[in-house]
Amino acid sequence: MNQTRKRSYSFLFQLGGIVFAFLFISLILLLVDANPIETLRLIWEGAVGSSSRISNVLVVWIPIVLVTCGLLVTFSTGLLNIGIEGQITLGAILTTGVIRMFQDTSVSPVLVIVISVIAGMAGGAIWAALAGVLKTYGGVNEIFGGLGLNFIATALNIGLIFGAWSREGVASMSGTDPFPKAFWLPTFESFDLNWHSIALAIIGLVIIFFLLQGTHFGLRLKAVGKGIRSAFRLGIPTKQHLMLSFIICGLFAGLTGALQVIGVYHRLIPSISSGYGYLGLMVAMLINYKAIWVAPIALFFAALNIGGIQLPIVLKLDSSITGVLQGSLVLFILLMQGVKQRVLGKGVGD
Amino acid sequence: MTGEMILLGLAGVIEAGAPIVVAAIGETITERAGVINLSLNGLIILSAMMGFWVSLETESLLLGFLTGALVGAIVSSIIAFSSITLKQSQVAVGFILAITCEDLAYFLGNPIMGAQAPIMYATPIPFLSDIPILGPLFFAHSIMTYLSLILIFVAWFWISKTRPGLMLRGIGEKPAAAFVRGANVVRMRYLYTILGGMLVGLAGPLYTLSVKAGWKGTITGLNGIGWIVLAITIFGGWKPIRVALGGYLFAFLQWLGLVLQSTVTFIPSQVLQVAPFPLMILALLLVNLGNTEWMERLIATLPDKARFRVKKLIRSMRSQPPGALGTPFERE
Repeated sequence: MNQTRKRSYSFLFQLGGIVFAFLFISLILLLVDANPIETLRLIWEGAVGSSSRISNVLVVWIPIVLVTCGLLVTFSTGLLNIGIEGQITLGAILTTGVIRMFQDTSVSPVLVIVISVIAGMAGGAIWAALAGVLKTYGGVNEIFGGLGLNFIATALNIGLIFGAWSREGVASMSGTDPFPKAFWLPTFESFDLNWHSIALAIIGLVIIFFLLQGTHFGLRLKAVGKGIRSAFRLGIPTKQHLMLSFIICGLFAGLTGALQVIGVYHRLIPSISSGYGYLGLMVAMLINYKAIWVAPIALFFAALNIGGIQLPIVLKLDSSITGVLQGSLVLFILLMQGVKQRVLGKGVGD
Repeated sequence: MTGEMILLGLAGVIEAGAPIVVAAIGETITERAGVINLSLNGLIILSAMMGFWVSLETESLLLGFLTGALVGAIVSSIIAFSSITLKQSQVAVGFILAITCEDLAYFLGNPIMGAQAPIMYATPIPFLSDIPILGPLFFAHSIMTYLSLILIFVAWFWISKTRPGLMLRGIGEKPAAAFVRGANVVRMRYLYTILGGMLVGLAGPLYTLSVKAGWKGTITGLNGIGWIVLAITIFGGWKPIRVALGGYLFAFLQWLGLVLQSTVTFIPSQVLQVAPFPLMILALLLVNLGNTEWMERLIATLPDKARFRVKKLIRSMRSQPPGALGTPFERE
């Protein structure tokens, strides 16, 4: 009985966090003379109002799920992999590079797409491994190594778009020339959604779930995250595990970048990572690093992203309000978790 | 390039470095007390927007700066509350605030984009500004820049020469020991986190009302500054004077990038713009190498004489964090 009671208390605290977040957002909206209920209704309608909007939500859901899956691995070894944005970008760059190399040859497009995705994953992994080497062998905290690498990746990306890979005649912020249609992932009828990407996201989710829940390797990763010294004394090669967690996360990030290029934009654009890396970090924090919650919460965050798009047109509000809403949800739920632990004692209802 | 131009450029570095230095000193004080405020990037952008906004409405520079400090105090008290009282992960909460404050700044600042707020002009100090070289370099700035120069020495003096400063170092290094000596660890950590946050909050209006006057939303050009400030704090080894030098070094590199952009045309401008970031990684690598295991092993294999020299060199560069940085204090 006690257990269920504690569970319901725990649920109440989470609910409190959500309520606080919405109160905070309402306050912000009132500050700029906007009607909170009307705004939230518009966001909801913007996300589920039509079948193409729902499809767009799923298009955004895919990268958030993949990125969050990768991040759960780095979080399990206690790393805040802020470099994820750069890892997505590198994945996108290498994928574009492979397609550009083969798009005018007679190699079968299917084969080229497969190679390009593998190249993208390798790109993400290399960029993650760089942050990993800096962390494990250079003593540079992964936050700063990762941030620096993010900026370098962005510069490389923009340098390519405006330099070597620029459009015929004019280089522009709209990106490189689109690939020939044969190199696009096939979509459902007129929607932007393609089932290959959805399948990959679901496969990734299942892999990560079992890796972290059901394997000895996952357990070792968590041991490193709980206490690196004691894990080392137990005979776990900690540096190797830290590096592996970086590389696995990089593979997921690279895959995300690859799919954004061949499945969504069909070209390389300057903001190819679209901030999904940072969003993934927030999703992982919000779900308290539990893989089972990735799919639903990523769906909710994706819906907010898409729902906010029309706000500037209809209400003349900047769409960054959905970012504020996402951030304050994570913040207040984290704070309420702390309050719960203080009131009920640690380890209750987790 | 003439000598006069170089002098003007260096004076500009002191001016442009002021917000970075003020923010980095603020973060140094906070981290010396054992708390990491990772929200800097968002906090600086939000305080920049709010300070600009209030200054625009009231036509008062002073109120603009006070608003910046107030925003810093509010955001850093969230960090303090969640990490000190609720014992949640400092980096998690800091990261969320970094992202959320940035979005909040762009949302609230949307209507005032491109507006004209008052700008802080230089007030040269009579007589002193007439001294050759030193005059234009140090005595022909705005009031906030003078304050930033004074702040460096006040922070240094406070941390290393006073009794409360000793306590500050104690609660960041060994909070349990400081507690036994009678320090109120919780209250002092709150105090220094909020004080440090207020200083960081001053950096925002320093940009929008002076160094990079104006608020232009996402293209104001402040994104990334907060992360640089955090890196400079590490680079400076949590010592105010070294931290300040790191801040000026960064401002100098930025200026150099601008100068080179117009003279060295074979390097694309995108490369020069991000050049500070790989340099930041290298700098962090340099100051951290002395802390790694393999370096110690490598040094141990060197012949005696060389070992002594290398050790001395590495020790002089090495930066060691406060012992209890990022860990909550549990009273036993």
